Amino acid sequence: MTDMNHSGQGAGIDLIRMQVMWNRLLAVVEEQAQALLRTAFSTIVRECGDLSAGVFDLNGRMLAQAVTGTPGHVNSMAESVRHFIDRFPIETMREGDHYITNDPWRGTGHLNDFVVTTPAFHEGRIVGLFSCTSHLIDIGGIGFGPDGHDVFAEGLSIPFLKLCDRGEMNETLMAMIRANTRLPVETEGDVYSLLGCNDIGARRLSEMMAEFKLDSVDGLGSHICDVSRRAVLAEVAKLPQGVYRNAMTIDGLDAPIDLVAALTVNEDGISVDFDGTSPVVRKGINVPLAYTRAYTAFGLACAIAPGIPNNAGSLSVCDIEAPEGSILNAPRGAAVSSRHIVGQMLPDVVFGCLAELLPARIPAEGTSCLWNVTLRGRAKGNDLGRYGFAVTITTNGGTGARPDKAGLSATAFPSGVKGSPVEIMEAAAPIVFWRRELRDGSGGAGRHRGGDGQVIEIENRDGEAMDLLAAFDRIDFAPRGRAGGGDGAAGTVRLSDGTKLKGKGTQTIPAGQRLLLETPGGGGFGAA
Amino acid sequence: MANARLAIDIGGTFTDVALDTGAGTIGATKVLTTHKAPEEGVIDGVLRLLGSHGLGPADIGLVLHGTTLATNAIIERKGAKTALVATQGFRDVLEIGYEDRYDQYDLGIEKPRALVPRDLRFTVPERITFDGEVLKPLDEAAVEALVPAIAAAGVEGLAIAFIHAYARGDHEARARDILARALPDVSISISSEVSPEAREYERTVTTAVNAYVQPLMAGYLGRLEQRLQAEGFAAPVLLMTSGGGLTTLQTARRFPVRLVESGPAGGAILAAEVAKACGEARVLSFDMGGTTAKICLIDDGTPQTARVFEVDRQSRFAKGSGLPLRIPVIEMIEIGAGGGSIARLDALGRITVGPDSAGSEPGPVAYGRGGTEPTVTDADLTLGRLDPDGFAGGTMQLDAAAAKDAIDRAIGAPLKLEAETAAFGISEIVDENMANAARVHAVENGVDVASRTLVAFGGAAPLHAGRLAAKLGIDRVIIPANAGVGSAIGFLHAPIAFEVVRGLYVRLADLDPASIETLFAEMNAAARPIVSAAAGGSELTEARLAYLRYVGQGHEVPVALPTGPLDQEDLRGRFEAAYRALFGRIIPEAPVEALSWSLAVSTPARPAVARPGTAAPAAGAGEAGTLRRLFVPEAARFDKVPVHARSALGPATRLAGPLVITEAATTTVVPDGFDVTVHEEGHLVLTRRMAMREAAE
Repeated sequence: MTDMNHSGQGAGIDLIRMQVMWNRLLAVVEEQAQALLRTAFSTIVRECGDLSAGVFDLNGRMLAQAVTGTPGHVNSMAESVRHFIDRFPIETMREGDHYITNDPWRGTGHLNDFVVTTPAFHEGRIVGLFSCTSHLIDIGGIGFGPDGHDVFAEGLSIPFLKLCDRGEMNETLMAMIRANTRLPVETEGDVYSLLGCNDIGARRLSEMMAEFKLDSVDGLGSHICDVSRRAVLAEVAKLPQGVYRNAMTIDGLDAPIDLVAALTVNEDGISVDFDGTSPVVRKGINVPLAYTRAYTAFGLACAIAPGIPNNAGSLSVCDIEAPEGSILNAPRGAAVSSRHIVGQMLPDVVFGCLAELLPARIPAEGTSCLWNVTLRGRAKGNDLGRYGFAVTITTNGGTGARPDKAGLSATAFPSGVKGSPVEIMEAAAPIVFWRRELRDGSGGAGRHRGGDGQVIEIENRDGEAMDLLAAFDRIDFAPRGRAGGGDGAAGTVRLSDGTKLKGKGTQTIPAGQRLLLETPGGGGFGAA
Repeated sequence: MANARLAIDIGGTFTDVALDTGAGTIGATKVLTTHKAPEEGVIDGVLRLLGSHGLGPADIGLVLHGTTLATNAIIERKGAKTALVATQGFRDVLEIGYEDRYDQYDLGIEKPRALVPRDLRFTVPERITFDGEVLKPLDEAAVEALVPAIAAAGVEGLAIAFIHAYARGDHEARARDILARALPDVSISISSEVSPEAREYERTVTTAVNAYVQPLMAGYLGRLEQRLQAEGFAAPVLLMTSGGGLTTLQTARRFPVRLVESGPAGGAILAAEVAKACGEARVLSFDMGGTTAKICLIDDGTPQTARVFEVDRQSRFAKGSGLPLRIPVIEMIEIGAGGGSIARLDALGRITVGPDSAGSEPGPVAYGRGGTEPTVTDADLTLGRLDPDGFAGGTMQLDAAAAKDAIDRAIGAPLKLEAETAAFGISEIVDENMANAARVHAVENGVDVASRTLVAFGGAAPLHAGRLAAKLGIDRVIIPANAGVGSAIGFLHAPIAFEVVRGLYVRLADLDPASIETLFAEMNAAARPIVSAAAGGSELTEARLAYLRYVGQGHEVPVALPTGPLDQEDLRGRFEAAYRALFGRIIPEAPVEALSWSLAVSTPARPAVARPGTAAPAAGAGEAGTLRRLFVPEAARFDKVPVHARSALGPATRLAGPLVITEAATTTVVPDGFDVTVHEEGHLVLTRRMAMREAAE
């Protein structure tokens, strides 16, 4: 191959070569994510895409993330890889090693997310790291819901451990994992799936380096991070400098929670400070800072720089802080299982700060948190403890209306997951859906209407009682309209006899009764 | 004796007609597609082509036909007014969809519009479980009661899709019978026949699409049949399906959704036949036209197949933004990369190419028809790959200066690059986009792309195939003869085939071989008559597949089955082999389950009766006519390279790249580092020199 630097068109060719390699890296992590999706056991991963995948350099800088995946995972995984490197120094890593954690503070916010990180080698030398995350349906403890008083009640905790040593699985750890979940088969299968997808990523990276005759990805990594950082800064520079504030109130656990933000635009970038936000609560809707940062950064990216790939460079433009002890910076040990309820509200909080700066881009408030229906109960032919089945059904309400068009009905935002198919969930658990339809008229009124929520009705197929691990919000405080648009309809949770259920916490659906949910509608935009 | 065959491919712009005279000659012509009455263009092209070969309707023994009409009707929302009858409580399956966003960061996305608006979505009380039990019987009176509303709406097509109907179809069949009696002019499609597989969104969409295109397609096919008869054609007409097989007119009218993308399927068949003729076991087919590029994997002469196809992707060809159809298809990926794809700079100053295309109107800047944004074709011209005076056989003059100016304006000046370097950037990005698409596609199928041979056809492919091969590490590229009408040529080779898929849940540990045999016997009984009706006594083969996964997984792996009763151990072994091939490692001891089963009945693929390009081979070994200034990416500069006319290259040809080979419909660029030879059937074969040396050592 000709040394391109020495040709007449060298500089231009080099630039183009960098672009080509960058595209390739994005393709590599997309392959990694697709492999994870296709081999996953967890229904919320395989049907809904609750996963993330990315490639990192040896300093722990994220160079590329897969488009497939969900923001809460990606941006927090981006931070977690540095913790892996702290615990397992690069020079101790060997080919065939895999490392694992589900530490909510140094991983992706709750015990249900396993993060696996794998060193990638080329010609015998370590050149980078692949990391991926998926959401497991059951990790023991009291189950996936907000009822725990501390993190120890929420299930098995896996510190930063070596899962696989030069190709040898850590069977002791695998046995511990199997013994601490109600779904041992699926959980073990998902661990294999995480390993496998990183292997595929590592193999592709090595092939790419051979093809482009690279010894390291440092130069490429710096190019990616520099270009991305500069591009985000250029977008930020278009905004008038100043401090912009917003506050949003959500249902919370026993009392409403105020999410308060001050967003500062200056020449160095954007900072968001959540000072003034309500304190931690006694059960599991608290948010570790890593997850707060993940969804805040996501909201900023959507509003300010949607076309710029997510990586260490683009993420470096945002500085995000929350006071320790606030619900957005929960201290280690706090209960955090359902941290998504509060974390997924943060893009709306950020949007409120930016609404006057970007009036043509910022939508009204939406449902924002997933309306995941987690059910468990007895199942025929499975006597494992009291609970033969545990299932999480992903559903959504409506999104907020946009300045120039309606909101989206029954659509996840900011989460990137898919809804669960009825026919698959009924095969996975003894439940029957009697209804899953749009909730007509639930989107807020306005020049452009908010997206509609859904009406969902579920019964136990065997006529047994079952538990609902409720984790819903926007029941007391509906999504607000913007620029004169009406609010979306608030959500409701009831039994078929009309009994109102709480939005959060484990409650019994008695035998013969059905669960009735109405998910919220998005806010409207502009006066009607 | 009537042993000539016709192949007709109706595309969005052109209708291609190919003729196999049965006496060793292939002819072809292109006419403009007549959108209001497509059969008019077909008849015009057919008669013209027959006339030029001195043949008449009575000489034709078989008519093969594929079309994008169904696809275009969906994309342009020009299908029938369609209603849906669903299970009570599930009125909005079509609109709720996947509940996701295909672009995570774009706050302004639009989802594809549901084919059936809410006021035409009806429900009736009934309920079936995933294992086929009746939870609530069908309320027949409620079905009856829908008649006035459906009739008053002036509906032409009707889809019935009940929850879990794949497990038990009697409720749907009964509802159809009731409605058909009362609404005799409405075409009714039921999900348990159109797409009997789990996941309500995909099944309902597929059934609704079938109902949506049925009146249009059935009407068109009926008129075509009449017109052909009126012209004196007595030959049977077979339709190309998305799955790459041929089926009868009658079946096509019942399941028109299976005709979606049948044109590109023909291209894949052509590539498969070329692969067989050249003895290539592992092929990547690459079809690049004006708007899109299609890439398909072909193993042992058989294109890869899949069970879901996404139609009508919103603007950017973004994965997940279209309507998912669950039908047997030739698995290919299509990306917005063609000669007309437009090049721009994004917010980061990076060159992007496509997915939007300048199409044929206004077309690339070089066409001089009002296009102002630079395209891939403009870059190809600037880089010397196209001859401004010899485009489309010299019938069209290209404006090289205007192309170069446009590239300079849009890309070169802002990046401070010379126009040629910017043109190379455009070309590199589009080639890299295609290479990345091919790589992701390969990993999704667990194959190593570098060990494959590239078969390239379609107007723009031969210009880019060499560079694409270099990027993918591929050592061998074949440019078939008559590549310009590749799809229609492909129809001539297609087998007559029909595939039936049935959902039946079985744990491997509980496998009852007899019940599976019974299922396959039923499927055989459904598929065989459809194939025999068109097979003309040809021997039929049967291929069985099971879709297996570990218990608890959500995505299945297709596993080929032997004919005859199954054995548990053997089946597990087959599954593990397939799983390992795809994902590298198996999960020890984990239980395995089957979700669905498929059976395909087909005739063998037709050995080419007459190979394309059978004009007497030129004797010459290739005397270079002229030299042309061509950008050589391997050297990162322009060089003077020889230009050869393809018609002058005989079997003795052996030339070393870089060079250019021209013909009326396209131009082949042979990169530096590749040699080119000519196969006895007229295909150009490009081989990487390094690989040739290694092979010789």
